Amino acid sequence: MRRLVTGGAVAGLFVLAALLSFLWTPYDVAALQIADRLQPPSPTHWFGTDHFGRDVFSMIMVGARVSIAVALLAVGIGIGIGVPLGLAAAARQGGWLDETIMRGNDLVFAFPALLIAIMITAVFGPSATNAIIAIGIFNVPVFARLTRGAALSLWTREFVMAARVAGKGSARISVEHILPNVTNLLIVQGTIQFSLGILAEAGLSYLGLGAQPPTPSWGRMLAESQTMIGFAPWLALFPGLAIVLTVLGLNLMGDGLRDLIDPRTRRSRA
Amino acid sequence: MIRFALRRFVSLAISLAVASVVVFVTIEIVPGDPATFMLGMGASPEAVAALRAQLGLDQGPVERYLSWVTGMLRGDFGISYTYRTPVADMVVDRLWVSLPLALYALALSTLIAFPVGIWAASRRGTAVDTGVMGATQLGIAIPNFWFAMLLVLVFAVNLRWFSAGGFPGWQDGPGPALRALTLPAIALALPQAAILARVMRSALIDTLGEDFVRTARAKGLSRGQALRHHALRNAMIPVLTILGLQFSFLLAGAIIIENVFFLPGLGRLIFQAISQRDLIVVESVVMLLVFAVILVTFLVDLAYAAVDPRLRRR
Repeated sequence: MRRLVTGGAVAGLFVLAALLSFLWTPYDVAALQIADRLQPPSPTHWFGTDHFGRDVFSMIMVGARVSIAVALLAVGIGIGIGVPLGLAAAARQGGWLDETIMRGNDLVFAFPALLIAIMITAVFGPSATNAIIAIGIFNVPVFARLTRGAALSLWTREFVMAARVAGKGSARISVEHILPNVTNLLIVQGTIQFSLGILAEAGLSYLGLGAQPPTPSWGRMLAESQTMIGFAPWLALFPGLAIVLTVLGLNLMGDGLRDLIDPRTRRSRA
Repeated sequence: MIRFALRRFVSLAISLAVASVVVFVTIEIVPGDPATFMLGMGASPEAVAALRAQLGLDQGPVERYLSWVTGMLRGDFGISYTYRTPVADMVVDRLWVSLPLALYALALSTLIAFPVGIWAASRRGTAVDTGVMGATQLGIAIPNFWFAMLLVLVFAVNLRWFSAGGFPGWQDGPGPALRALTLPAIALALPQAAILARVMRSALIDTLGEDFVRTARAKGLSRGQALRHHALRNAMIPVLTILGLQFSFLLAGAIIIENVFFLPGLGRLIFQAISQRDLIVVESVVMLLVFAVILVTFLVDLAYAAVDPRLRRR
């Protein structure tokens, strides 16, 4: 419970910063102030300034938007496609539909998210949208497997039998009886995929395959800081810390949620 | 066992066939005319026509797919458009960087994770366990390329123990080459080691609760003996699974890490190929990486079945 609160508070702080950045940032991130460039952290610029004189603190606030939006939408794609597939596979367990869906899952697992992103950007060019699609595709089999696994055991339970006897079709049972019982699991997995999505987005935009300039993103801030790391280490430090704290917060939140939902896992955590 | 292996082999072949169709369709069919795409808008019609001929675009998609696949089976991956050299030769050169890097990272993460995971499991609930679990949480949350940059800052910029990037090649013996791969391998190994240590710990804790471990203790073995001779072996199955899965993450992670350290590996090759719109290279290298992932999964499956006959029935 303590981890849920701590993790939620840390992750929430970044969500809040992202929302606040729409209304207000300490400095305008689009304005270049060459006279103020490469200033170390100080009371006026808490996290220093970059080689264009932009305020790093403000850029991190705006960058949080991209990271969170990309990861959240990618989780949305994973749930939106993966959960119906998982429910359908479980409803037709052992049938050709189940077999096709599961083999399709295995296939997607053979393409690491970064490889999917690379194929997509090779053809469509780099953008935040393509990053969302790439990470989203990778999320689909994760949710499909989780849903199928949980649904299979639910299909053998009495309340589902009762629904069948009452004459409900398998689609209706899946939606009315199976889905509500897997929601908890989906929330926990969603938190984990959210944090993985933040990491993946950072990696993609570090490579220049994510959101394009002038939109600030944490990954690209790190890429740009690399050549200046010897004399302006703060440029590399703060965006990295932002990523670590967000991911750490989300992971703690996920662990806390899992403990809350299933107290048995408190015994041994993986 | 042979029947099981054959069945897995058939599914390996099917996966590869489907994966190759997916890669082919994404890269060669979706952009419309790959020749125009690769050359960009301002290309002369002659250049486009020449590239179309080289790519065999006058043939139908099915013929092109078949000639691509049969070419790969013969070891012919086509000619890179930007470098004008056979892709197969480029891949072999780059493998001498990427493969040692992946193995180095795998070795490091195993060497760190196994003792740490076992240590935490045997001191379960103590400050050691809590500390290890906290450290692994952090390890999972740190992006490997950021960790790599911090390593460069400390060990290359400040201490000057290693160079910040580049690769000297293997011609001067393994010393300089391994030295250049050390920081990249550490960066690549960190998140993997954190995950592996957690899996090792929880698998070991689960088996330590089993009846056969209690029996071993009851017959007079010490805690350490029971752990080493009985629990550890049985805890290895989930650990091996993760180890196999990690291979694909190491390959993907290497794409980023090779770019941080300017290592001339497969990851850097594919990344440069994208910015040069060299679809021939992208297509072949993606397929090769997917092949590696599918092959490792197949080998891990076989390894399990060899270790645990119960799994053959699935």
